[in-house]
Amino acid sequence: MQNERKPPNSFRKAPDERGHFGPYGGRFVAETLMPLILEVEKAYLEARDDISFWVEFDKYAKHYIGRPSPLYHAEKASKHFGGAQIYFKRDELNHTGAHKINHCIGQILLATRMGKTRIIAETGAGQHGVATATVCALFDIPCTIFMGETDVKRQAPNVFRMKLLGAEVRSVSSGTGTLKDAMNEALRDWVTHVEDTYYLIGTVAGPHPFPMMVRDFQSIIGKELREQFQDRYGGLPDTLVACIGGGSNAMGLFYPFLDEREVKLIGVEAGGHGVESGEHAASLTGGLPGILHGMSSYFLQDENGQIKDAHSISAGLDYPGIGPEHAWLFDHKRVEYVSVPDQEALEAFQLCAKLEGIIPALEPAHAFAHVAKIAPSLPEDHHLVMNLCGRGDKDIFTVADMLGVKL
Amino acid sequence: MKRLGKVFESLRTENRKGLIAFIMGGDPDVETSTALLKALPSRGVDVIEIGMPFSDPMADGPVIQMAGQRALEAGCTLRNVLDMVVSFRKDNQDTPLVLMGYANPVYRYGVDKFALDCAEAGVDGVIIVDLPPEEDQAVREALGNQFVDMIRLITPTSDAGRLETILDGATGFLYYVSITGITGAAKAKHDKVAAHIEKIRAKTDLPIAVGFGIKTPNDAQEMSALGDAVVVGSSIVEKIAHLSGKSGKVDQGAPEMTAVLDHIGALSGALKPAA
Repeated sequence: MQNERKPPNSFRKAPDERGHFGPYGGRFVAETLMPLILEVEKAYLEARDDISFWVEFDKYAKHYIGRPSPLYHAEKASKHFGGAQIYFKRDELNHTGAHKINHCIGQILLATRMGKTRIIAETGAGQHGVATATVCALFDIPCTIFMGETDVKRQAPNVFRMKLLGAEVRSVSSGTGTLKDAMNEALRDWVTHVEDTYYLIGTVAGPHPFPMMVRDFQSIIGKELREQFQDRYGGLPDTLVACIGGGSNAMGLFYPFLDEREVKLIGVEAGGHGVESGEHAASLTGGLPGILHGMSSYFLQDENGQIKDAHSISAGLDYPGIGPEHAWLFDHKRVEYVSVPDQEALEAFQLCAKLEGIIPALEPAHAFAHVAKIAPSLPEDHHLVMNLCGRGDKDIFTVADMLGVKL
Repeated sequence: MKRLGKVFESLRTENRKGLIAFIMGGDPDVETSTALLKALPSRGVDVIEIGMPFSDPMADGPVIQMAGQRALEAGCTLRNVLDMVVSFRKDNQDTPLVLMGYANPVYRYGVDKFALDCAEAGVDGVIIVDLPPEEDQAVREALGNQFVDMIRLITPTSDAGRLETILDGATGFLYYVSITGITGAAKAKHDKVAAHIEKIRAKTDLPIAVGFGIKTPNDAQEMSALGDAVVVGSSIVEKIAHLSGKSGKVDQGAPEMTAVLDHIGALSGALKPAA
């Protein structure tokens, strides 16, 4: 896993045919899964070149998800900070309330194309689980969602939503009972049911082709933004900001801009109680290269290579790893990665609600906290776009609790 | 000749099937685990697999997961597992030892240093569950330079094309994972495995060990007909779990230790050719 020092000519040509982004990515799975992973890759590459696949995808994107999501000029926030013009890419307005539905539609279309008759998925906060259960209801395919025991308790409304949608929610008590264990358990289930099951991975992580495929589906965010911005303001935005857990919304926003070096890209990791405290979810700024969940990337781990638990106020960012493409972009400094602690995210959550009348999810509240930091010192003709990747209804209980309010 | 080669050769000349026993390194603690390791050859074990504990063992069922957790909670590191091998080799130069685990602790330790330390300690083979042939080059070459075998896995999902990929560069022996599933799951269907192994035999002379789902002496005897050796893990580890919390007090005569060793004795006994 030596770092490739030389920057590539294009950042949009990765991964290579083995699924590697420089030293990251790859297919680090048990042999039992290899034929299946290769089958998923083959099926996806065929689908990617098939116009009818994208016609279907666009149909659901437009009429079911409600795309394109608006590009909104947050004038009050811009005035409040007194610097850059701030825009929100409003993916929180999607059906199911977050960007996760984008790759769920893409993957369910692929799974049906492959003739798979059962879907499994992992979930942390429950957003990806809800989006998966939603498309499984729509396509009439049974699904099992793996969720850490701890998360099942603290995300009861989403557990109920998934069940309403017809999903089976399996509580995972192995390991530490969190998102990483849910992913372990989903992989164990997949090894056991290789014949009929498709693992609908919830972010740009896992073995190749998942990081590439989920990025491709999520790139609809960045593609729309490019067109919307060009139409309304001309040219390109100056800075893009997105929060990062596994990194799916950020990858989707950034990817169409990777080769426009004049566009500054900033990924915001969850700083938890602060990176120096050791209790955080900032895999890049506080982790080390390693191998887990089918990929080589950065992970929170101890000096013996044992994986550490992540901590964040936002269950959606509470993952001890990050997608391999981010790891690669980090090494090449194409994207700047920063972290925002719980407390600042909590303040940004409330500020966004009061300033713009939008209650953001705690995940993009991290991005907004960073916007609040950099916007004041930027000139008024600087166009800064933040991905508002999810709405905050699911978080009101957590936030109330943090603020000492009893609901 | 290397230890693994010697053992499989003598199994063939003696017309006998081998027993490969798995224990988790450092379970329930390094001291007890070392004592257990040293006692295994006397109970008829031909090859020993030692698990390298990992926090996130994605191919293991609950029994082996818990064993890894016990070892980690007792502070066991990869270096401790290698030291168990060093200690074992002081009295035993014949029984092959194979380390089994996951990539991350090995990479964090350093691939070249790991290979060198394996060779120095007296490790004969290494199985890394999450390094399929496509991703095992670095570790395989480092081990190869130190004359340590990288053992590859074959599974029921390995079709003809896959088989070619796996056999290209395979050394030591082949580990046939007889079910699609995790360790400690239900036993495989005998006929299905037999047909697949026949296909593998046509392509390679490497010895084949059959593992996953083999728990009792009866299972061992039944499945042994298919390969050159059987691997038993979960049912041994389940008994080792009873040693937990007895650190420092466990000697060879303790009833929990006797239960582990008797189980292993029964397994190897079941593989003895009928008189």
